[in-house]
Amino acid sequence: MSVRLSAHFSVLTPSDFLRRCAANPSDVFVAAAMNALPFTIYVSFAGALLALAAGTRSHFAARWIALVTALTSFALTLLAASSFVPSPGLQTIIDLPWIAELGIRYHLAADGISLTLLVLTGLAATVGVLFSWNIEHRVGEFFALYLILISGVFGVFLSADAFTMFVFYEIAIVPKYFLIANWGSPATREHAAMKLVLYSFAGSALVLAGLLWANAVAIAHGSVSSFSLNDLAAAATHFSRGEQIGLFALVFTGFAVLAGMFPFHTWAPTGHVAAPTAASMLLAGVVMKLGAYGCLRVAMPLFPVGLAFWQPTIAALAIIGIFYAGFIALVQDDFKFVIGYSSVSHMGFVLLGLAAANSTAVAGAVLQMFSHGVIAGLLFAVVGRMVYERTHTRQLADLRQLPLHRLLPFAALTFVLAGLASMGMPGFSGFPAELTILIGVWKTSPAWAFFAGGGILVAAAFTLRAIQVSFFGSTQLSPVAASASEPTHAGSPLHYEPITLAEKVGTALLLAATVYIGLKPDVLLDWITPALQSPLMQAALKGGSL
Amino acid sequence: MNYTELLRAMVPEAALVIGALFVLTLDLAFGRRRTLESRLYIAVITGTVAVVAAMYGAFSSGLADSVFGGALILDELTMATRLGVLVLAWITLTLAGSTARLRHPAEFVAIVLFATAGFTLMAAAQQLLVAFVALELASLSLYILAGFDKSKPESAEAALKYFLFGGMSAAFLLFGFSLIYGLTGSIELHEISAHLAGHPPTPLLSVALVMVLVAFGFKAAAAPFHLWAPDVYEGAPVSSSALIASASKLAGLTLFVRLLWPGFGPGAGNVSTAAGAPGWLAIVACLSAASLLLGNFAALAQSNLRRLLAYSAIAHAGVMLLGVIAAGDAGNGPLFYYVFTYGIATVGAFGVIAVIERTSPCQRITDLAGLYRRSPLLTGCLAIYILSLAGIPPLAGFFGKFTVFAAALNLGGLAGPAGWLAILAIFLSAVALYYYLVILKQALVVAPAAATSSDPVTNRITVPADAAIVLVFAALVLVLLGLFPSVVLRIF
Repeated sequence: MSVRLSAHFSVLTPSDFLRRCAANPSDVFVAAAMNALPFTIYVSFAGALLALAAGTRSHFAARWIALVTALTSFALTLLAASSFVPSPGLQTIIDLPWIAELGIRYHLAADGISLTLLVLTGLAATVGVLFSWNIEHRVGEFFALYLILISGVFGVFLSADAFTMFVFYEIAIVPKYFLIANWGSPATREHAAMKLVLYSFAGSALVLAGLLWANAVAIAHGSVSSFSLNDLAAAATHFSRGEQIGLFALVFTGFAVLAGMFPFHTWAPTGHVAAPTAASMLLAGVVMKLGAYGCLRVAMPLFPVGLAFWQPTIAALAIIGIFYAGFIALVQDDFKFVIGYSSVSHMGFVLLGLAAANSTAVAGAVLQMFSHGVIAGLLFAVVGRMVYERTHTRQLADLRQLPLHRLLPFAALTFVLAGLASMGMPGFSGFPAELTILIGVWKTSPAWAFFAGGGILVAAAFTLRAIQVSFFGSTQLSPVAASASEPTHAGSPLHYEPITLAEKVGTALLLAATVYIGLKPDVLLDWITPALQSPLMQAALKGGSL
Repeated sequence: MNYTELLRAMVPEAALVIGALFVLTLDLAFGRRRTLESRLYIAVITGTVAVVAAMYGAFSSGLADSVFGGALILDELTMATRLGVLVLAWITLTLAGSTARLRHPAEFVAIVLFATAGFTLMAAAQQLLVAFVALELASLSLYILAGFDKSKPESAEAALKYFLFGGMSAAFLLFGFSLIYGLTGSIELHEISAHLAGHPPTPLLSVALVMVLVAFGFKAAAAPFHLWAPDVYEGAPVSSSALIASASKLAGLTLFVRLLWPGFGPGAGNVSTAAGAPGWLAIVACLSAASLLLGNFAALAQSNLRRLLAYSAIAHAGVMLLGVIAAGDAGNGPLFYYVFTYGIATVGAFGVIAVIERTSPCQRITDLAGLYRRSPLLTGCLAIYILSLAGIPPLAGFFGKFTVFAAALNLGGLAGPAGWLAILAIFLSAVALYYYLVILKQALVVAPAAATSSDPVTNRITVPADAAIVLVFAALVLVLLGLFPSVVLRIF
């Protein structure tokens, strides 16, 4: 007997809708705002085609099309957020039969978790366009690929059908190859792009294998073919323990590759370093969250027995990742590698929060996804765009010869603030996120929390070192500095192009987000916590409590 | 025996053969005073009319379980395959019309039409003799097409190799058929099936089945019967390679899946559990595993674009064989969808090569360098074909894989070889992405070679209008079928 969970979706039929409109006119706006969320996908995709078409004639047009597109989708997410009524369970937005032969539905839905990440995606997309304003090479194609990637990311966060989610997931993977291979730093870009895409694709192959196997087992247990997360979860309650354990391992590992879980993280630093600035920001800021989101949305609720089995392993890997990546970041010579490894370290906290599998820790993990998305964006913006594209070096040894805090005071200020946020300083979003995770982890296992707390010290160490060496390494213009750097203007060796308006606006947006969430984390927690009360999530959290 | 019934069922073949003869007559009568281009053009237009007429015939022939005493069958698979083959032949013809440099254009078009007639007959054959005749009509035409470029020794080599392998496999097939006839006393698939179900398997039957499977392996380019594929793909004229890689595969798969399941189904055995009954499924599973491994790993080492496509074809043959295994349970829908969309993507990729070869050689992968500057249209189309072959959603290649793997896993989960093969194929698709991205890297990322980039204007590739139309059509088919696969699946 299969348990139907579809009742847990609050499906809005047209007649319900009309009745609710009559009762309360403001509901019209609420429903319209939620129903507009899928347009983030469509708008981004249409923008990609427009930018591609416009790019052959005018770089200017392509840039503005990209900016307007990203802003529109950001506005759509904010609109939905402004009227969002938190409730347990996914709120269905659209649910159409797609491929009836296999029971596949085009089912888009959102809850507080997805909404948090949708807002993050909109923000990251907008800021990413601002930080790629100076791209001059094949502009139309750059923004087309960029926006296709964004539309795939939006799609993943909105999907409530595993097949639909997988399709969007893969749409987000392939553009990364071309973004890095075409516009990345020439020395390593082809290798890094291929490595990154093959890792991601191998991960998604694990997920695909898991989903197909789960569907086959569900059919063998008497269910009809379906890839709806609800139906799969209902069918999975009848799976044997061995099947649950195997399926969880496949699906979780597949998604965790993209989340940068140790030992599958090596694509992340090389990919981040080789990528153009906007792509690094998106990769660290949003794409790594796709992996963590997949773990949370698919692997954990579907296979709670498997989660309980693998929980200690995941926690151990997450803690190893926090320290391992942190120590490597501590000794890097390349500025961008420091940030790349710091991303892996911070994503370790997300994975640890997921592994702890209680409401507090998982809420903290989602908050950390948002927080790290914003902070990583800031850090990569400073390193990749503000510093590298002016000094043309990322070597800390070269940078320490330069009085960068005098030459680029805005970059220095931004990096100090972002660094503080990254270290988990109160007042920035990193603090409530990591604190919530640690409190939650403590509930599951004080030992894990103890180790992870040590990880925060490592993060502080490598961040402070990066700040000190890069921006405050020298106060004097030494003769070595003049030769070490490749000045942009031959006449004035150490005068750099001033920070542009686009960069300032982008920085301001990201800083505002991290400070706002740092001061009022409740804004997001009020969305996230009810989402964790849904029956699906509760099944995962109950199954996962040690 | 009803001859009007037979005539109605064979309208597509009749249209194609009459069209072929008409093309030849027209060229003999009026061709002497015209240029090669105009002769080719006239032949292609006439051929296209014949193909369209055949499509109409395939549509209007309706469904029938048994035509002319069981010689032919007109079911959903027949209709779908006939239409699919005709679409692929139409694309090939149109591409040949705008790109081929041939000394005998009318003969080329006529032979393409004869081959297509063989394909459509293969789609309908339900009797060993008809199947063999159809297969030979198609194969003999393809041998000639492979060697059509008499100015190139590679073309002759390709034809000879194809002919020797093909002839050998035809001999195997005929020997297998004769053994089956001797054992069961019939050449009708129904009666063979009934006989096999009623009698215990004998060693002689196994010999006969293995012989049939050898021929099948050759036709599908499955390892270890794949050796002809790289040389033929490389040496034959591009249009011939396109036809061999696409329409011939679709017709072959349809023919053999019909022979194997409705005909020899009782001897299938079981591969859904680890200790299932022995039968021909086990052999097909071995061929599938060998093709998947050999195709994907050998493709990694290729530097020649067409050989790379050939090895990727071998890898795809592995998935198709998996589809054949699953067809017993899941029906022919997944298999047909996979093979048809694969054919469209392959014919498109060869079409892009053909258009590039109008201006510059295109043999090595590096010959694609800077394609994005030389022709954005070709680049966009090539990206869609290659990504579809790689199985990236939302293109049709992805859903093809998805539905075949789902069907294979539904046979018994991970309890048996069918499920293991599906998992193997899923993981190997990550390997495959590497070599497909190597192609796209040249086309989309790498700048044109220094010698040519100095003068990008003359280096631009002009795409003839008719080629552009079919290439865009093929790309659209891949996108639309990928988004709405039910259009095809619903037929079955």
